[in-house]
Amino acid sequence: MSGAPGRRRPPLTLALPALVAVGFLGVPLLGVLVDAPWGELAERLTEPAITEALRLSLVVSGWALLLSLLLGVPLAWLLARTDFHGRTLVRCLVILPMVLPPTVAGVALAQGFGRRGLLGEHLERLGVTLSFTTPGAVVAATFVAMPFLVISLEGALNGIEPHFEEAAATMGAGPLRTLWLVTLPMVRPALAAGAALCWARALGEFGATITFAGNLPGTTQTLPLKVYLLLQGDPAGATAVSLLLLVVAGAVLVALRGRWIPAVR
Amino acid sequence: MFRTRAVSRSRSRSRLVARPRRALAGALLAPAVVLGLAGCGSDDSGDSEDSAGSSNGGGSEVTLTVLAAASLTDVFEEAGAAYEEENPGTTVRFSFAGSQELVAQLDGGAPADVLVTADTDTMASAAELTGEPSVIARNELTIVTPPDNPAGVDELADLADPELRLVLAAPEVPAGRYGQEILTAAGVAAEPDSLEANVRAVLGKVQLGEADAGLVYVTDATVAGDEVHVVPIPEELNVVAEYPAATLNDAEHPEEAAEFVAWLNEEAARGLLAEAGFLVP
Repeated sequence: MSGAPGRRRPPLTLALPALVAVGFLGVPLLGVLVDAPWGELAERLTEPAITEALRLSLVVSGWALLLSLLLGVPLAWLLARTDFHGRTLVRCLVILPMVLPPTVAGVALAQGFGRRGLLGEHLERLGVTLSFTTPGAVVAATFVAMPFLVISLEGALNGIEPHFEEAAATMGAGPLRTLWLVTLPMVRPALAAGAALCWARALGEFGATITFAGNLPGTTQTLPLKVYLLLQGDPAGATAVSLLLLVVAGAVLVALRGRWIPAVR
Repeated sequence: MFRTRAVSRSRSRSRLVARPRRALAGALLAPAVVLGLAGCGSDDSGDSEDSAGSSNGGGSEVTLTVLAAASLTDVFEEAGAAYEEENPGTTVRFSFAGSQELVAQLDGGAPADVLVTADTDTMASAAELTGEPSVIARNELTIVTPPDNPAGVDELADLADPELRLVLAAPEVPAGRYGQEILTAAGVAAEPDSLEANVRAVLGKVQLGEADAGLVYVTDATVAGDEVHVVPIPEELNVVAEYPAATLNDAEHPEEAAEFVAWLNEEAARGLLAEAGFLVP
């Protein structure tokens, strides 16, 4: 109860289920490590089909992160700082992709942005085609990943006192300048964490992509889709690629952790 | 939130809704997430699933698990219902996917009693897991387009148009291999825009209007009815897909599994298969 960070032993009733949880999360990952075709890993992962999917995955998840930052940061700020009518509804809308099965997200994207979707015709007239294209894969990844950024950023913004921003405003800083120089630096750890989660989610996106954007090597076949198809006939290859995704995602989390910990007060 | 009370038959659900409401006050990260569940999730109409899961209660029940190729989806659901009617106490549960994926699932240890694939090669690749397969149906491929045929596809050669948004099944699944065989035999250099993981996904993309054309089984086109326009493939260029069915060596109910496979070759099942557009042996 007191704030002292005691080193006392945790009660068994909590430690035991916690251990089970660790094992539950760890065993499948361990399985990938044990099952990976270590001997031929290098040649498997440098196969053109794999490097192509990896390149595409990085491009798609990178764009998804960029789009999420451009659109998601203002949205998070709006949700945290203003009290507009329908705010709850907007927040629901933001969270929905997190709880929606990604395949459903894919169907919804097709009905919204697909050729025969609500906006599809207008997009087509503007020369924008999303289905079966790399931009379509980016849209799918952004749709499911952006909420992670918005939600963690909104939480952090709610946690800081608005009077820093007010002070900046009284000193003549415009809203964008205030956001850039005052607000965002204060929430940097949460922003980094949200961005990392958002990127990792985009990298792992599968259901919405295969449903909305399709599956074509070099265009829409990202690594998770490749894993899925490799599993049909080349399970060892699928394990090798899974390992790659695991390492990439893990590396980013570790790298970002080093960055944001010094920033924590 | 007037629904919360009305749906009180599912107690756990209403509790799930009630608690986050209170937490809403401190709208930080976690409550915000839960709010999404409470606010947006209330009309997800997932109720129907509960009834499906709990329908088989009482009596000495056998649940047969049948892994079947995606193209069999509709006809097998009908056949399953007919079989259950003929054999009270037996429930037939289907899992539909691309044939290759079904075998991958079996390799991964998926428990099942019967396997039905859309080609003999895939069945042969699972030979050490299955009993002797028997062909229960045959199928052919056809071109489908959206009803208005926006790209004006009239024959196989039209599939070579690079502007055409063409969707095929991935070469990993039988429909994809058959499609490739047909295109090669016809000398059509098609550039697909997507290679779907199973043939029903190809059909779906055409039905949605996302694709201008796709290659699917004749039976898939039958299922889709008015939602697609059919452009037949000439007999001499078409391939005949064979659907072998076999019991699995690790079947939980080997006897019932064998009975089901035998039943698939009987008149009642053949009638259903023929009705769905399959060629029956």
